[in-house]
Amino acid sequence: MVDLGNERPQLPARARNQSPIVPRASIAGRALVAVVAIMTFLAAMTTGVVLLISASAAEWQSDVSSEITIQVRAAQNRDLDRDAATAADIARAQSGIVEVRVFSKEESAKLLEPWLGTGLSLDDLPVPRVIVARVTPGTPLDLAGLRGRLTAAVPSATVDDHRAWIERMRSMTGATVLAGLGVLALVIVATVISVSFATRGAMAANKPIVEVLHFVGASDRYIADRFFRHFLMLGLQGGLIGGGAAIFVFGFSESIATWFSGTPVGDQFAALLGTFSLRPTGYLTLVGVAVLIAAITALASRRTLFATLAAIE
Amino acid sequence: MVRFENVGLRYGLGPEILRDLNFAIPAHSFQFLTGPSGAGKTSLLRLLFLSLRPTRGLVNLFGNDVSLLGKDDVAALRQRIGIVLQDFRLLDHMTTYENVALPFRVTGREESSYRKEVIDLLKWVGLGERMDALPPVLSGGEKQRAAIARAVIGRPQLLLADEPTGNVDPTLGRRLLRLFVELNKTGTAVIIATHDINLMDQYEARRLVLHQGRLHIYE
Repeated sequence: MVDLGNERPQLPARARNQSPIVPRASIAGRALVAVVAIMTFLAAMTTGVVLLISASAAEWQSDVSSEITIQVRAAQNRDLDRDAATAADIARAQSGIVEVRVFSKEESAKLLEPWLGTGLSLDDLPVPRVIVARVTPGTPLDLAGLRGRLTAAVPSATVDDHRAWIERMRSMTGATVLAGLGVLALVIVATVISVSFATRGAMAANKPIVEVLHFVGASDRYIADRFFRHFLMLGLQGGLIGGGAAIFVFGFSESIATWFSGTPVGDQFAALLGTFSLRPTGYLTLVGVAVLIAAITALASRRTLFATLAAIE
Repeated sequence: MVRFENVGLRYGLGPEILRDLNFAIPAHSFQFLTGPSGAGKTSLLRLLFLSLRPTRGLVNLFGNDVSLLGKDDVAALRQRIGIVLQDFRLLDHMTTYENVALPFRVTGREESSYRKEVIDLLKWVGLGERMDALPPVLSGGEKQRAAIARAVIGRPQLLLADEPTGNVDPTLGRRLLRLFVELNKTGTAVIIATHDINLMDQYEARRLVLHQGRLHIYE
């Protein structure tokens, strides 16, 4: 070992410029990360559920709108089987209809089973016959013409193109999307308010630092940037945690749905919600929501920073 | 460099504590600002440092009418002024070195470009061994020297000091006064607000005496 004596470099041992100008501990970081994480989670869950419902509704709509149902009721002095066959022939002759299926008496009885129970003789009941016709998707169907020809040949036949159902579904989906957007807007407003309060609190706690920075000639932009870095990091952390949790929840639910597929529970679930899975674009949207909340956090804190700095001489 | 014309200052609706101030601070000048407690010395320093605006009159600083300055202009002008306050205003989470280097840091300069300068000055004011210490463990005198070092490190054009030798022994007081005189010789205009007659007697300089809100100048 060589004793350098007075020649020893006088530079301090540890690296310089290490202390941040605004100490991280002076900002109530954890609480804010938690708030941003919860808000991001809620926003991402809302968005995901809205996406799922929209996708399922679109599936139902395309299923329903690709079919029409012809119902032939029993009438006095008419042979129901013959009427049903006539109606099926008329439907087959209609352009735009690709497949026609006549439900037999037994099948019609089966449709009524959930209401009337099993083992009931339906011979004495005037159970109508159902004919389901599949329509080529995207083809305009002359429904009025079909209806006219059918009622001319079979007066007791009615045609249902499920329009009422589709309309109801469309309005339900629209309401769900609107509600989702409303929740999203509330979450964003709540985030902005929380972040503004947190920023004001941090600025108040660090007022002596702000004053000294003003004394040494720091501009408001410089001071705001020092605080902004902290809030950007907090926003990103919160966004990552909340968005990650929401993506995990959707991924996990998808896995559960896959495990239960084929079981009665799984089938009912699938019947109600379709395939409980987000498309890759859906997951991207969730990431987008997380980024949006982080960006809102950063912007709200920046706005508050400049407003607060303007008030400090 | 600094010109006051008919300047008056009041806080809120209270009485005018500074009245009809008319004076100029030429470049490279040295002056003591004195007067009894409560005469308004600190308020006058704050006017000079742009942390207060006059209630009436004209304050011209470095050729700028201060009533027309925006916040960014104020920040730029403050980089040309050094100030030592009675309560030091050191940042407790930063070392003495970092506190003194702060005026350079906020202008975005690389640390390597000013390191030697800061260390040399800290040694000069007797804080060479304390540069890694945090302000809470410094004595009153050490804090005062750190605050002075921070004010002079950027070689300001105007140095304002509020009782800069109030917490140090006479020997160190003389040493600090020498620092201000040296700085003045390199071109900085210096205004030292003080009660300390002994300090003023050590150096022949203009005296600005505040009494009952008015300023009397003894060349």
